[in-house]
Amino acid sequence: MTIIDKTADVPASRGSTDGGGPLLDVRDLHVEFKTRDGVVKAVNGVNYSVSAGETLAVLGESGSGKSVTAQAIMGILDMPPGRIPQGEILFRGQDMLTMGYEERRKIRGQKIAMIFQDALSSLNPVLSVGYQLGEMFRVHQGLSKKDAKAKAVELMDRVRIPAAKERVDDYPHQFSGGMRQRIMIAMALALEPDLIIADEPTTALDVTVQAQVMDLLAELQREYNMGLILITHDLGVVADVADKIAVMYAGRIVETAPVHELYKRPAHPYTRGLLDSIPRLDQKGQELYAIKGLPPNLLKIPSGCAFNPRCPKAQDVCRTDVPALLSVTERDGGELPGRRSACHFWKEQIHG
Amino acid sequence: MPEALEATVKDGTPVAPDAQVKAADAAKAEKPRSLWSDAWHDLRRNPLFVVSAILIVFLLTMSAFPGLFTSADPRHADLAKHYLQKPNWGNLFAEDWFGYDVQGRSIYARVIYGARASIAVGVLVTLLVTVIGTVTGMLAGYFGGWIDTLLSRVTDIFFGIPFILGAMVVLTSFEQRHVWVVILALAFLGWTQIARVARGSVITIKQADYVMAAKALGASTSRILLRHILPNAIAPVIVVATIALGGYISAEATLSFLGIGLEAPTVSWGVDISSGQEQLRNAAYVLIIPSIMVSITVLAFIMLGDAVRNALDPKLR
Repeated sequence: MTIIDKTADVPASRGSTDGGGPLLDVRDLHVEFKTRDGVVKAVNGVNYSVSAGETLAVLGESGSGKSVTAQAIMGILDMPPGRIPQGEILFRGQDMLTMGYEERRKIRGQKIAMIFQDALSSLNPVLSVGYQLGEMFRVHQGLSKKDAKAKAVELMDRVRIPAAKERVDDYPHQFSGGMRQRIMIAMALALEPDLIIADEPTTALDVTVQAQVMDLLAELQREYNMGLILITHDLGVVADVADKIAVMYAGRIVETAPVHELYKRPAHPYTRGLLDSIPRLDQKGQELYAIKGLPPNLLKIPSGCAFNPRCPKAQDVCRTDVPALLSVTERDGGELPGRRSACHFWKEQIHG
Repeated sequence: MPEALEATVKDGTPVAPDAQVKAADAAKAEKPRSLWSDAWHDLRRNPLFVVSAILIVFLLTMSAFPGLFTSADPRHADLAKHYLQKPNWGNLFAEDWFGYDVQGRSIYARVIYGARASIAVGVLVTLLVTVIGTVTGMLAGYFGGWIDTLLSRVTDIFFGIPFILGAMVVLTSFEQRHVWVVILALAFLGWTQIARVARGSVITIKQADYVMAAKALGASTSRILLRHILPNAIAPVIVVATIALGGYISAEATLSFLGIGLEAPTVSWGVDISSGQEQLRNAAYVLIIPSIMVSITVLAFIMLGDAVRNALDPKLR
């Protein structure tokens, strides 16, 4: 499997990059879990990179390995049963997988922070919101209780929680879902990290609140010039926010592309299927397309291309050879920067 | 769609500013409530808790300041007034209220002074057991792997020793058995139940998202254990400990009755029950009065434990 080039094929990123290299570079990452039934291969050679100020959306169904990749980056995988047999996770060129525990802990929160899906269960129910926000400053910056609280109020204002001063001593269950997610964002933002990983930050929210939270996240990202990895299964969420998209299937990246290119001309049948299954107003009354079949059992991933049993275009070669993630070009061989596809028949897919 | 409307109102930003002001006012008027303040709110309204708390405060006062309740000396023996001089039931709170025991000591005074030893044993054993059990259970539950295997097997070994039998074996090996010896012996054998409860509770809590979130935001292991896991995992431990406290008091009485708990110069209910058995036929009250005190105390602590459990986890009711 080839490695995604660093910044060379990144489309106009919104910020400057540090010395040209990407902020985070995941190379050939494998993650597996030992279970009673055998080894579950959750991630099978993922490559992606993010630069400062850039947003990468990682897209995929449940079980495609997108969250596991994120947890491996954060170093919060349960090991055992989890295991990282090979791969590198380079943060500013340093491999985090070979770092010591303390060294890694110092990166968490200060350099890379994470936003979780369910904000209610991600906040400690017995501690007030102000305490939890302030904790970041007390632990990492050694501020006094009073200063930390003042900072907490400031942060809550930043993420636009009304009446922050009055609510700073409230407990998580006293906030609405959208407000709680803002608090999670504030916590992740507290130490102004270089990179934020948002694991389905809006899935637990209703649609109106989803848009507000996404806008807030995008705005803060621009302001702090952070890298952002947005993990989601919702194509609608990413369209406005992301710079580039990586589509995952069965622990592999099957397609990468700048966001609008992907919507316009998908180069992998799986991406095509995902796009076709978005409900659209002009198709009212028609049956909604669905990708037939089920996501593969990670205990026994199909041979060849993992998507072959569900693929409408599958040929014999798809059942035997694993397609590599290769550059996609125009019909005349012209370069399409940042576009790669892991399909034997990408040409047919993209050019009709 | 009323639901959608409500959601936007709650969220504040897109709706009219007066809604925000209202929310702020509401927040001001109502003090924030945590799990513990919620529990306290429930407890104050629970008659079970009120009754047991009054009893316990009364018993604690008795053990701290026995002089407030009687001027008689529990160790003063006047053989002229032995148990054949019947109790003077009408003479409330007087030296001869409950009569005298075989050595002519005031039973009333002994019951008052006996509270100290019994309650000291109950409270201190519970404290020790809670500390040992919580630390063991928390380490085993959080770290898992070989640490868990080791600590859990040690717990199992201690769990396998019958409590009273084990205490008998330990205590008979001491020449002098004053209060501390009994406390340490009971704590040495009693921590396993708390350790198991704490371990189970920690295993549940450690999988909570907020523990992962704390980890992801760079919290150290000790901070995760003390700030995030302990306060959330402690509730069942407190419940078990409160209920067990009564059990330790009755264990002390049992051991003293068998003659291997506290010993004569120490004034305790168990010692008095033990010496009272000799006159069971002609002066049953010598045995019954300290027994009633043990029962009331045990009942008070078990009731408190029940009330605390209901307040901390209403689902267990």
